[in-house]
Amino acid sequence: MTAALSIRNLHKQYDNGFEALKGIDLDVQPGDFFALLGPNGAGKSTTIGIICSLVRKTAGQIAIFGTDIDRNFSLAKQYIGVVPQEFNFNQFEKVIDIVKTQAGYFGLPPKLAAERTEKYLRQLGLWEKRHQRSRMLSGGMKRRLMIARALVHEPRLLVLDEPTAGVDIELRRSMWQFLKAINASGTTIILTTHYLEEAESLCRNVAIIDQGKIIHNTSIKQLLRQLNKEVFVLDTREALTEMPTIEGYPGQLIDEHSFEVEVVKGKSLNKLFANLSERDIHVTSMRNKANRLEELFVSLVEPHRNETAEAQL
Amino acid sequence: MNAGQQWVAFTTILVKEVRRFMRIWQQTLLPPAITIALYFVIFGKLIGPRIGEMSGFTYIEFVVPGLIMMSVITNAYGNVVSSFFGTKFQRSIEELLVSPVPNYIILLGYVIGGVARGLAVGVIVTLLSLFFTDLQVSHLGVTVAIVFLTAVLFALAGFINAVFANSFDDISIIPTFVLTPLTYLGGVFYSISMLPPFWQAVSLANPVLYMVNTFRYGLLGVSDINVAWAFVMVTGFCALLFFFSLFLLERGKRLRS
Ligand SMILES: Nc1ncnc2c1ncn2[C@@H]1O[C@H](COP(=O)(O)OP(=O)(O)OP(=O)(O)O)[C@@H](O)[C@H]1O
Ligand SMILES: [Mg+2]
Repeated sequence: MTAALSIRNLHKQYDNGFEALKGIDLDVQPGDFFALLGPNGAGKSTTIGIICSLVRKTAGQIAIFGTDIDRNFSLAKQYIGVVPQEFNFNQFEKVIDIVKTQAGYFGLPPKLAAERTEKYLRQLGLWEKRHQRSRMLSGGMKRRLMIARALVHEPRLLVLDEPTAGVDIELRRSMWQFLKAINASGTTIILTTHYLEEAESLCRNVAIIDQGKIIHNTSIKQLLRQLNKEVFVLDTREALTEMPTIEGYPGQLIDEHSFEVEVVKGKSLNKLFANLSERDIHVTSMRNKANRLEELFVSLVEPHRNETAEAQL
Repeated sequence: MNAGQQWVAFTTILVKEVRRFMRIWQQTLLPPAITIALYFVIFGKLIGPRIGEMSGFTYIEFVVPGLIMMSVITNAYGNVVSSFFGTKFQRSIEELLVSPVPNYIILLGYVIGGVARGLAVGVIVTLLSLFFTDLQVSHLGVTVAIVFLTAVLFALAGFINAVFANSFDDISIIPTFVLTPLTYLGGVFYSISMLPPFWQAVSLANPVLYMVNTFRYGLLGVSDINVAWAFVMVTGFCALLFFFSLFLLERGKRLRS
């Protein structure tokens, strides 16, 4: 099966001499929902910029559904829809004109362009706003406008660079639903994000990029399995004055009615609860501590950075 | 892209360009109309009669073709330079860069958009001139052809300016320091036969002179220069700037990092 995206030995050195990508290899299979994770400045946007020809590569090959972007750029571009990290539409144009114009750039005849524009503006909840100038939209609406614009030629590969940055939780969830539906209907999706939660609930496979190199490329399940401990937050009915010391479950008090405990993956929680019951502490609720991406990075990026640091010595 | 899709892409860019200058007509169509109308009043009614004849015509008759041409030049140039620079500045150029539109279509779309504005202003100015003088057309084909080619040439020049520009200052420097002197000294207001031989020779190095005179020839039937040679030169310049612009686009000059 030809990969939806295949990147080989991709290098990028910017004009100022900065080496943003140091030899990237990546394959994304058709139908996949793929996450590109990495800290600020890792090279995510650079990679995406090269894929959709906004950034010139220094070396390497890229093929979209088997079509080399250097050999048949016209066909390769027909396959891709891109939602960039920064807003890049004309602020003075009307919403409907922005989307319809993009359809025209892809060669869609006017009637089809109008139909598609309506279809995607409706799907993204922007149809009512179609006659507004784009600068009058809220941040979340602007993001959705860029998604509609990216979909109007119905690409086989949709690439989104931090699509949910600056989007509230409710809207974020509805955007996830939307992207899942698009993916279920056969569109391959690649997205970059800083939220592991986002990658976890959407994506099947993931690559982690740091300092211009892919340091990890695996399935989300595999990746999460590598998180060898989890932190849970427990709320209690009784007021606590200090952290209940329980052997094997280190933790700390958050406030009177809650504390967090660290649990090594695979370890039973029964002992923890039994211990709490003995002390007459009643747990009323329990949740995963939210931002696990940090932990993940610490566990993955740090050793790799030490290695490179050592290599440099 | 096949030919049909390329045509769609071209008309899309053109429609977008026309929509832009129509939307801001107070900045694009009105000011040139007012400026040129003032020239007509001053040269036609106030000081024109004192100047007397030029090349066998009243001064207003002589100056109208020059002023029409001047407005076509400034507006064709101005439209492309500000529109394409604005597109770069707002980064909406990326909409084109990610699409499969070939570079020559991008170029043609913007250039013909500039030509459309140049001609629109040209028509407005021509209509205004009818309040001040009777317009005759001696050679219709020559008139239409030279206006069109001139608009194309300056639209291309505006495009190149926009590609190189990094700031809003950069898009006003060339018009102020190059374009305005060339047009003012390009036979818009006078016949070069009035000049001493040395300055006549210098004037002949100014391409605008050839376009203005050819246009005047089309309307009045008189010219300071050889009209056929003017066409060869203007067409040559158009080809030169076209391929240079295309070269800049192919290299992604200042468009792709
Ligand atoms: N035009 C440019 N010229 C020089 N260096 C650049 C340019 N664009 C990006 N860089 C540098 O390249 C590196 C990678 O940038 P990139 O935008 O790809 O990171 P990113 O992974 O998308 O980060 P973020 O999560 O913050 O969006 C950064 O160090 C950045 O400073
Ligand atoms: Mg980025």
